[in-house]
Amino acid sequence: MQVNPVMATEVDPVVLRVTDGCVELGGRPVLRGVDLTVTAGEVVAVLGANGSGKSTLVRTVLGLAPLRRGSVELFGAPVDRFRDWRRVGFVPQRVTATAGVPASVWEVVASGRLAHRPLVGPMRRRDREATRDALEAVGLADRARDGVATLSGGQQQRVLIARALAGRPELLVLDEPTAGVDLAQQDAFAGILGRLVERGTTIVLVAHEMGPMEPLVGRTVVMRDGRIAYDGAPLESFEDVPHAHAHHPPRPAVDYSPALAVPLDRATSPDEEHPS
Amino acid sequence: MSYLAYDFVQRALIAAFVTGLAAPAVGTYLVQRRQALMGDGIGHVAVTGVALGLVTNTSPTVTAVVVAIAGALVIEVVRQRGGASGDIALALLFYGGIAGGVFLTGLADQSATTLNTYLFGSITTVDIGDLWVTGGLAVVVVAVAVGLAPRLFAVAQDPEFAKVAGIRVTAYNVLVSVLAAVTVTVAMRTVGLLLVSALMVVPVATAQQLTRAFRDTLLLAMALGTAASVGGLLVSAEIDVAPGATIVLLALAGFAAAWPVGAWLRRRRRVTAPFAAPVLAREEPHTVVPEEHEHAHGPDCGHPAIVHGDHVDYVHDGHRHAPHGGHYDEH
Ligand SMILES: Nc1ncnc2c1ncn2[C@@H]1O[C@H](COP(=O)(O)OP(=O)(O)O)[C@@H](O)[C@H]1O
Ligand SMILES: [Mg+2]
Ligand SMILES: [Zn+2]
Ligand SMILES: [Zn+2]
Ligand SMILES: [Zn+2]
Ligand SMILES: [Zn+2]
Repeated sequence: MQVNPVMATEVDPVVLRVTDGCVELGGRPVLRGVDLTVTAGEVVAVLGANGSGKSTLVRTVLGLAPLRRGSVELFGAPVDRFRDWRRVGFVPQRVTATAGVPASVWEVVASGRLAHRPLVGPMRRRDREATRDALEAVGLADRARDGVATLSGGQQQRVLIARALAGRPELLVLDEPTAGVDLAQQDAFAGILGRLVERGTTIVLVAHEMGPMEPLVGRTVVMRDGRIAYDGAPLESFEDVPHAHAHHPPRPAVDYSPALAVPLDRATSPDEEHPS
Repeated sequence: MSYLAYDFVQRALIAAFVTGLAAPAVGTYLVQRRQALMGDGIGHVAVTGVALGLVTNTSPTVTAVVVAIAGALVIEVVRQRGGASGDIALALLFYGGIAGGVFLTGLADQSATTLNTYLFGSITTVDIGDLWVTGGLAVVVVAVAVGLAPRLFAVAQDPEFAKVAGIRVTAYNVLVSVLAAVTVTVAMRTVGLLLVSALMVVPVATAQQLTRAFRDTLLLAMALGTAASVGGLLVSAEIDVAPGATIVLLALAGFAAAWPVGAWLRRRRRVTAPFAAPVLAREEPHTVVPEEHEHAHGPDCGHPAIVHGDHVDYVHDGHRHAPHGGHYDEH
């Protein structure tokens, strides 16, 4: 990447920027005209009901969902030309961390170092140290040699968190990392996030409910139906959005789409009913 | 073992050795992606490749490599596009491959025996040219599968995470497909096209009965595959059947032997796994066991002793008893 010598001296605080982000999945708009800017050191919570587009938003930010319109920039570079992936950590929304062949906890967490490693060759000392630190941070250091499949769901979620931490990212994106994790472990997780925040890590955290992570959050974004419905001071729940409820009187639930009718449907409609 | 002195047996043994190493190496990644049958699909498509070679009087090895790679790429594209129809599209490709192969062989006026040597392997047909091609391809396959293991592992384990780690996921998926196609061709002369998938998958299934880590599974599967391949070839030379059958039966025997051991290991691991310690440093509820004990629980009292946080619980009659002062606590 070319660096303008004048620009290089001043720090650009924008870590990620989505401009007019529109995403279609399966032929339906899932993200519609989303604008979002996150600057270095911010801790942003993304809240919203199931299916409101939270996962799609973070996947778009990371270049995993194709944009229909608009643009995404990571650390100042368009996401499809961004190459500095070691600055980014990702905890995908997942139920398990297993695949068709057994893998040890160590191996899964160590794969978080790949952006730092050359194409071939063994792990170097700093890779092993970072992997071990990440395992300690989530309290799984003693399970390093165990198979991932033998861990409980909450522990597997912690493995995925450790994998993202192992890369020591500047931007950490987490998609519902505490789903299915009990309250005590959520407390422990909030502790981990707190230490990252002190280090200046930028965090985008998708959550259903804030729980013990609430005091860490500096800003809340609420998604509704593929749009950003709220962007401002922290909220405890997406139901707290001011003026969250409809400004329009409720409309009768009628779907009028004649183009989608098929012959057999028509035969059962009242005015064309005929005994056969 | 006088037959070992024959040149053709020695060539076949070398071919079996490299095949035994390469097939499970690629098979491990296919199993990890839950595509255990992909090798089978490529094998079926490669039948058409062999037949093309027979019809045109060119080397069946070369035409098989080309057609197998093309078939593997089509399968990968179908997999990427996904959807319910993907399964059907693959089935069409498999059947088309084998039917086309049999049809073309008939056109070429070749006897079924010629095609059979490719379908189920043969120890008499590995000539020196085949051996160089097979050996060279196998070395490349093993070098890539082992050398790039960390990346290939990450891509198969979690493609989205791999992409965010800056790995070109599509390129690595195509690479695995090409490796699988090349492996099918490498294995064609020994196990044969119809059974090659077994040598890619069965050693992996056997290895994972005994292992917990990916790396261990990969290496053990390669060792088991080599043993089955070389052993099966020797048996087939002895009793004069197609080597594919004896190799696969030997691999399956290995699985049958490992399965009870694996079941026992898994059960043992589950039973001896530590009880979850409380995450918060709050006290365990203090419930004194009311009953008297006839013996003191201890290292060799015979009851399973399971680690629980900073102490040990003794398990019996559905209870967990932790020694505390002069009594036991119910945990
Ligand atoms: N691959 C896909 N194909 C079609 N529709 C999808 C796909 N992924 C998600 N969707 C749809 O997009 C909407 C938003 O999904 P998602 O971003 O996962 O929501 P959230 O994470 O907020 O629960 C949902 O209505 C979902 O059904
Ligand atoms: Mg989601
Ligand atoms: Zn006892
Ligand atoms: Zn106890
Ligand atoms: Zn007792
Ligand atoms: Zn007590």
